[in-house]
Amino acid sequence: MSVLQALDLRRRSASSVPPPAAGKPAAVAVAKLIDVSKCIGCKACQTACLEWNQLDQPIGYTDGTYNNPTDLTPASWTVMRFTEYEHDDDLEWLIRKDGCMHCDDPGCLKACPAPGAIVQYTNGIVDFISDNCIGCGYCVKGCPFNIPRISQTTSKAYKCTLCSDRVVVGQAPACAKACPTQAIYFGTKEEMIAHAGKRIVDLKSRGYQNAGLYNPDGVGGTHVMYVLQHRDKPSLYAGLPDNPHISPLVGIWKGVMKPLSLAAIAFAGAFGFLHYVTKGPNTVTEHDEEKAAELSGTDRAGSDRA
Amino acid sequence: MTNSWNDIKNADVVLIMGGNAAEAHPCGFKWVTEAKANNGAKLIVVDPRFTRSAAVSDLYAPIRPGTDIAFLSGLMRYLLGNGKIHQQYVNAYTNASYIVKEGFKFEDGLFTGYDEARKNYVDRSAWEYEFDEQGMAKVDETLQNPRCAINLLKAHVERYTPEMVERICGTPKDKFLKVCELIATTANGERSMTSLYALGWTQHTTGAQNIRSMAMIQLLLGNMGIPGGGVNALRGHSNVQGITDFGLLTTSTPGYLVLPTEREATYADYMKSRAFKPIRPGQTSFWQNYGKFFVSQQKSLFGNAATKENDWAYDYLPKFDTAYDVMKMVDMMAGGQMNGLFCQGLNVMMAAPNKAKVHAGLAKLKWLVIMDPLETETGRFWENHGEFNNVDPKAIQTEVFQLPTTAYAEDEGTFTNSSRVIQWHWKSVEGPGESRSDIQIVAELHTRLRALYSKDGGAFPDAILNTTWDYAKPAHPEPVELLKEINGYALEDLPDPADPTKVMLKAGQLLPGFAVMRDDGKTSGGCWIYTGVYTDAGNMSMRRDSSDPSGLGVHPNWGYAWPANRRILYNRASADPAGKAWSERKKYITWNGSRWVGADVPDYAPTVAPDKSVGPFIMNPEGTARLFARTAMPDGPFPEHYEPMDAYIANPLHPKVTTNPVARVFAADAKSFGTPDKFPIVATSYRLAEHFHYWTKNVHDNSVLQPEMFVEMGERLAKAKGIKNGDWVEVSSQRGMIKAKASVSKRFRPIMVDGKPCDVIGLPIHYGFVGMTRKSYPLNTLTPAVGDASTNTPEYKAFLVEVKKTTPPASQPATV
Amino acid sequence: MAVTRRQFMKVSAAGLAASSVGALGFIGAGEGLAAGVRPFRLEKATETRNTCPYCAVGCGVLVYSATDGAKDAKAKVIHIEGDSDNPINRGTLCPRGAASLGFANSPNRLQYPMHRKPGSDKFERVSWDFAMERIAKLAKEDRDKNFVAKNRDGVTVNRWVSTGFLAGSACSNEAGYLTYKAIRSTGILALENQARI
Repeated sequence: MSVLQALDLRRRSASSVPPPAAGKPAAVAVAKLIDVSKCIGCKACQTACLEWNQLDQPIGYTDGTYNNPTDLTPASWTVMRFTEYEHDDDLEWLIRKDGCMHCDDPGCLKACPAPGAIVQYTNGIVDFISDNCIGCGYCVKGCPFNIPRISQTTSKAYKCTLCSDRVVVGQAPACAKACPTQAIYFGTKEEMIAHAGKRIVDLKSRGYQNAGLYNPDGVGGTHVMYVLQHRDKPSLYAGLPDNPHISPLVGIWKGVMKPLSLAAIAFAGAFGFLHYVTKGPNTVTEHDEEKAAELSGTDRAGSDRA
Repeated sequence: MTNSWNDIKNADVVLIMGGNAAEAHPCGFKWVTEAKANNGAKLIVVDPRFTRSAAVSDLYAPIRPGTDIAFLSGLMRYLLGNGKIHQQYVNAYTNASYIVKEGFKFEDGLFTGYDEARKNYVDRSAWEYEFDEQGMAKVDETLQNPRCAINLLKAHVERYTPEMVERICGTPKDKFLKVCELIATTANGERSMTSLYALGWTQHTTGAQNIRSMAMIQLLLGNMGIPGGGVNALRGHSNVQGITDFGLLTTSTPGYLVLPTEREATYADYMKSRAFKPIRPGQTSFWQNYGKFFVSQQKSLFGNAATKENDWAYDYLPKFDTAYDVMKMVDMMAGGQMNGLFCQGLNVMMAAPNKAKVHAGLAKLKWLVIMDPLETETGRFWENHGEFNNVDPKAIQTEVFQLPTTAYAEDEGTFTNSSRVIQWHWKSVEGPGESRSDIQIVAELHTRLRALYSKDGGAFPDAILNTTWDYAKPAHPEPVELLKEINGYALEDLPDPADPTKVMLKAGQLLPGFAVMRDDGKTSGGCWIYTGVYTDAGNMSMRRDSSDPSGLGVHPNWGYAWPANRRILYNRASADPAGKAWSERKKYITWNGSRWVGADVPDYAPTVAPDKSVGPFIMNPEGTARLFARTAMPDGPFPEHYEPMDAYIANPLHPKVTTNPVARVFAADAKSFGTPDKFPIVATSYRLAEHFHYWTKNVHDNSVLQPEMFVEMGERLAKAKGIKNGDWVEVSSQRGMIKAKASVSKRFRPIMVDGKPCDVIGLPIHYGFVGMTRKSYPLNTLTPAVGDASTNTPEYKAFLVEVKKTTPPASQPATV
Repeated sequence: MAVTRRQFMKVSAAGLAASSVGALGFIGAGEGLAAGVRPFRLEKATETRNTCPYCAVGCGVLVYSATDGAKDAKAKVIHIEGDSDNPINRGTLCPRGAASLGFANSPNRLQYPMHRKPGSDKFERVSWDFAMERIAKLAKEDRDKNFVAKNRDGVTVNRWVSTGFLAGSACSNEAGYLTYKAIRSTGILALENQARI
């Protein structure tokens, strides 16, 4: 914890953050820009992520598509989602790298009841601190993009860290470094927005009249942004939310909880209460069970070591 | 590649046809995305399926597998018929104006000189120019003579109308014409097109002619030798370029010299057909230096045992009667004519066509030696792997050795990449277990053989005993020693040609370049095109200065490019005949009044003035590039469309000559070809971005990304066969049957051939019965053992199959 | 060519899109190393420059190796990523190259010379000496028996066509040249590589 406190934190789940020490330079917001129009879906980012983060994703089976693994898992923090988009006589193969969007207003962090399990640095990166995670799954509910996955082995939540351990030493995230076509760019958010602007001009010149930047306001903007050929239809890209926002339920519990000191409540009590406000009465339906299995992805195959 | 990876960024149009750079070479494809993002380039993809390259293209056109020549000939017809050629370039730098012999004809699918019984063009004497009394080729610079090469070409491609292209290739006429129009925008010195291809062109019975067609197009457009141009083979293995440069091919020696044939009994006979004299006034005909390269090489190989008296140890080289390429080897193995085989990192059981035949061949060997860093199917061919390799080990008498080798991170040395750049790599760690480097294993094999022959004698020990082996540690030569030997030395003091009283190089000095090589035994050099890589100035392959003064992606001080550190070949052609750049945009090498100067090393004598009219294509005795190939190709001086050996239709141009008339078919394979009545679906095979060849199925993370064999098909075929995504499917050909999971997509559309829909399926190559991916039937179970008429590269890209829904293999679960 | 930590930091910073290190929200590399959430994995690793073993783009890679700290332990490759200095790939890698650590450390790497006797259903471990002695003997036997010194027309041809050699296309040029010397000097004509297949 002492190490963590030495970092510039902007937000910390279920706790307040002391103001930054005087004299420290202000941090600049960072961002990863994913230019879908330059993405060839080669999955270099996926292997770079697996390798750098030492993730042990089990080898699965093919389901007859190029999506492999078929979904995010506790050990696959990014996956390519391939969509065949047919219109008139034309075909487009839209390939979106899915993973944490690092929302400026992170729903996961706001929903998280465990102190310090989710932090947001002043540069905008949202990081999961496993040591503090209680595996409750609220981050999953709080995420407008359906990103975090709970490991059945460790009972903790996992997602992309934007390679905070690389960024801290001045290196680009593993995926951005690897990306062969520089479809993934990394730098300050300002630079990334400017770069996106140039890409959009190029795309419009090639006939993509609705090309644009995906940096949705509903979550305060994101620190992972997309250049989309069809900004008017985000959902074309394997269900990218058209207007993502934090679930109102997260807002409710935040409002209720705010005056209380979390540390003062017995953990079990807090958990029951939180479960009630976010999910309703404490009964588990078959659908919930299925959903839980789905959320943990191919984890059921066993040995994830995240 | 004639140009370089980095040079792709200078292109205005990128044509990916016969390859799929985004998947097979993602980091090379980076330079396509650079061209698009920063040079406004347009990307055209022509492919039977909508690939990941197509996903980021500006223009995609479908094509039936194996019909590229029809498409490209149609393109030539468009360019010639619409005046969309770079006329000044064509006139000055190609053989457009050369007059072809009267006897040369093309009729009913055959060129002059075909011998039906021998299935070969036995008499190619008519495939030649008219010559004058001085032995110079006759030309008509006005291009009026109907026998001018360009006029014969026009007549030859006249049949390939857009309608005929659509009929054969299934490319809709409007798409085809859009491709033509975009490509035609580069028919000037202002804009350039690069052609990126790979096995999608080579793996056909017309493979070399596919590439030749593109070379002709690039000449017509004036795109050879200029930034952002060229014909670029994107090669597959990390050092397949280097290993080919070093002559590890049946009839080659290092540096693209050729082994003697048995018709060349003496060195004098051999040289008669090598050192071509110029056939146009004032030309260089660079191969006149052949003897210097050959003798220097013999001195490297055999040292003092190569003397003028013994014709530089000419008889130490084997003389060939026929080419012993991989398919020939497999045919001999299967016929019981081979006893031993070494596989140094080549998984022949997967890589050669017709797995059943390869397996039969391996099982007839007396002994097999595998040298590999990884487990391979070849090493385990004798092992039973259920239905994936259903064999009885007891019945297989082959003695097998499996020797563990180190891999790249565990040794040092150079690799030559696809753009001929030689880069040194440094050792990181020791290899696993008792693994040894290939150098060590080969050295030990040689030193042991040498000791045996020295002690016991045996068949012709001379060449083995006299091979130079003066390494500090004979059983473990150092890569640096070898690279110096490759570069070559002065063996005696060499006088300065300008002032013979002075010494230019002292005995023992490394050669600065191949220009100083001699045919009198005073120089050595294992591979002349590499000379200059290790000079007295040091090991050039280690250079790591990434600066790029011209901004054209030349990086002249990064590593060393053969030949002579030249990054774009034929770069003299980037200037007009007077030596001025065709345009400011494409300025590269120009004449400054006294020298050729520019961003690169000129591909030309540096002080020969343009008014001497030496052509830029100095390797040809004409000095010009060839639209008419003379006798260089076994299947004709012009490319012609022939159907794949598994022919889907009778050739619409000449139904009596449907397939390539000179493709080699072994007697044992005569009945191994499929017909569309039994196998009505066209199949093609390819690589996936997620895997490398048959290696990464041994790598965990790559196995995660594509864990299992699948077969891609369109929705129409799937519906007709009742197949859904993820269903198990049986794919069969005349050669055998495999099972794989179906992947149904919109990216495979039926291709309209001769007005009727043709279903195409796609099969990735990467899976086998060894590795971390799910066990699979090797894909080469299906592919035919026939190859390109020029190179014998197997026809993996177009063959006929049938498809039906089936049950899972015994060892695989029914569902995901 | 091992690279110092300082050079490494300089090089990797070049991989970032035009951003200066200090602008990334953490205070700076030195302080960042001490303050990171997860310790930076490569801090104590040795960096070696290499070329990707797979296709012929020739991407530069940085191979990071380290020992597990035990005395006399063999160094192992622990991470591989692109070499930002290399103008060909500028630090990028494809899905194969980015996962090539898994090739270097694959459980399917061959470790020891193995021998399978005729008719056997298994490999047995043997010594290098045994393997090389036996291979040389078998090769010599076949060569002495089937070597063709002259063809039917009496022309000296000095060839040996009953044994073949398929050369590796991921071997270095130096290994390739040595292989050429060793194999051609025996008269083998059936010498090929991956180029055609």
